[in-house]
Amino acid sequence: MTTTTPGAALTPASKSLRTLSAGDTDSLRARTGRRLQHGGWFVAPFLVLFALFVLWPVLRGVYLSFTDANISGTGEHFIGIDNYREALNDPVVWESLGHSAYFTLLVVPCITVLAFLMAMLAHHIERAKWLWRLCFFAPFLLPSTVAANLWQWLFNPGTGMINYVFGIDTAWLTDKSYAMLAIVICTLWWTVGFSFLLYLAALQSIPDHLYEAARLDGANAWHRMVHITLPMLRNITGLVIALQILASLQVFDQAVVMQDFGTGPENSTRTFVQYTLEEGFTTYRVGYASAISIIFFVIIAAVALARMWLLRNREEGAR
Amino acid sequence: MTATQAPAGTGRVKASTRRPWTPSQIVLTLLGVAVSAVWVAPLAWALFTSLKSETEAVEVPPHWLPEVWTAQAWKAIFDTGNITDWFVNSLVVSVCVTTIVLVVSALAGYGFARTEFRGKGALMGLVMAGLMVSPAVLGVPLFTTVQQMGMVDTYWGMILPQCAPAAMVYILYKFFQGIPRELEEAAFIDGAGRWRVFFTIIVPLSRPSLSAVGIFTFIASWNNFLWPYMVTNNPDLMTMPNGIATVMNSYGIQWAQLMAGGLMAGLPLIIVFVFFQRQIVAGVAHTGLAGQ
Repeated sequence: MTTTTPGAALTPASKSLRTLSAGDTDSLRARTGRRLQHGGWFVAPFLVLFALFVLWPVLRGVYLSFTDANISGTGEHFIGIDNYREALNDPVVWESLGHSAYFTLLVVPCITVLAFLMAMLAHHIERAKWLWRLCFFAPFLLPSTVAANLWQWLFNPGTGMINYVFGIDTAWLTDKSYAMLAIVICTLWWTVGFSFLLYLAALQSIPDHLYEAARLDGANAWHRMVHITLPMLRNITGLVIALQILASLQVFDQAVVMQDFGTGPENSTRTFVQYTLEEGFTTYRVGYASAISIIFFVIIAAVALARMWLLRNREEGAR
Repeated sequence: MTATQAPAGTGRVKASTRRPWTPSQIVLTLLGVAVSAVWVAPLAWALFTSLKSETEAVEVPPHWLPEVWTAQAWKAIFDTGNITDWFVNSLVVSVCVTTIVLVVSALAGYGFARTEFRGKGALMGLVMAGLMVSPAVLGVPLFTTVQQMGMVDTYWGMILPQCAPAAMVYILYKFFQGIPRELEEAAFIDGAGRWRVFFTIIVPLSRPSLSAVGIFTFIASWNNFLWPYMVTNNPDLMTMPNGIATVMNSYGIQWAQLMAGGLMAGLPLIIVFVFFQRQIVAGVAHTGLAGQ
């Protein structure tokens, strides 16, 4: 801003002013300097909890993944990379990873589109705005297990409402080709409200004058949506997709509850998280469970880092 | 504004000048009603099921409204199960988690945003990396850690691991960075210390952000299933989502009771939502949008 100083006449006055204020801030710095040393105390309580319940488990997980530890927590032996070698050859690892990926692939696009459409609807209806927000968002306030039980009940053959209302006879929960779809439908209903709110907030933050200017230029509603609304929502769409990918890969609650804590017809709904917990808590192979958890952690981290990288690239591109 | 232009006639005229029913508004509203109906129908179905007797609930074909309205299922869950224990446990855990998270992440957010200390940059990097860790990703190692500390099947075992959310620290850090430094510096000149500045200037200014974090944390904690499920098997210690999913599902599902229990877990938040809608919407949007 101040690279070019217009008029040398101003310089002496501004210089003297600057030295004066510099002296002031110096003494202020000296005085606050001592206080700044205490800064660490603000962070300390969080760091203690963070170290105990985030950092330590990660390090411990890495350590355990090289051992044959069981659930008792004593007497583990170092076995090198055997666990990792076994994991790569374990068909269930790949199968359950595939189920989580399949779930993600179905949920993410559906939720993004649905949330956008619902937000557009709630944003453009002029009356009773609170009502639409309430109806679309309410399911998100239910615990995952309650949502899952409810849809298990709706999908129930015979007594379930879904088959009755649509006049069909689908074995949603017991047929291999529908079991995951049922979980996806439950998840859409349950979680779309969150992304819906993000889109709604983003829509409300688009300045009106853009639309007014477009209207003056003769743009119709369709043009205004394609040339103003959609570009203005690009950031939020990236956020919604990223959050949904990360959350969907970690799917567990709905899947197990809808299948009564089983793995579904022909194991078709066994997700990756479920497999790690089975290994850890059912067969008590904590070392092996840690190894596949670390593999999963790497996948999640890769997705998160990929998003950061994309964001940075886009920022640089915009510059 | 436009009331002055409208003829001082009937109220109907005034209302219609304010909001005309254009054809597009009619179509949109009808669409809104249709989608809302689809979204609310499962909840209504749960409510109606909970008001049927167990035998009527499983009648084929199903019907929406109970033929005989009865509170049997609701009475049964209070009489026989430990649902009141679960409710209290949920409340205790969520309130503790929310309180601790608010205090700890506000302090840390401020520390990272406004104070200097050795290793700050590296620690901030670690916290950002911590965003990727969750009980779903590293549940087994987290469980063995909590086991080492002897906290399996305890309140603290359920509460503390939920109290280190890197995301909330990050959100408040971002917010505190936006508060003008001049406000603090004025107070320093008056001789106030860091802590006093934090409590008398920063906290009152950040009430919207703090309530956003608090609301979001409470919802997440109240609804958390996975971690309490891993860390406790004791039915007396279970939280609502956990108890309903495991205990009520285990001895041959009684659908009316299960729906009543589910509503009891879900309704408190929905009722709170009706009253504090604006704050909750702002809170969820604010915490979500901070990830941008």
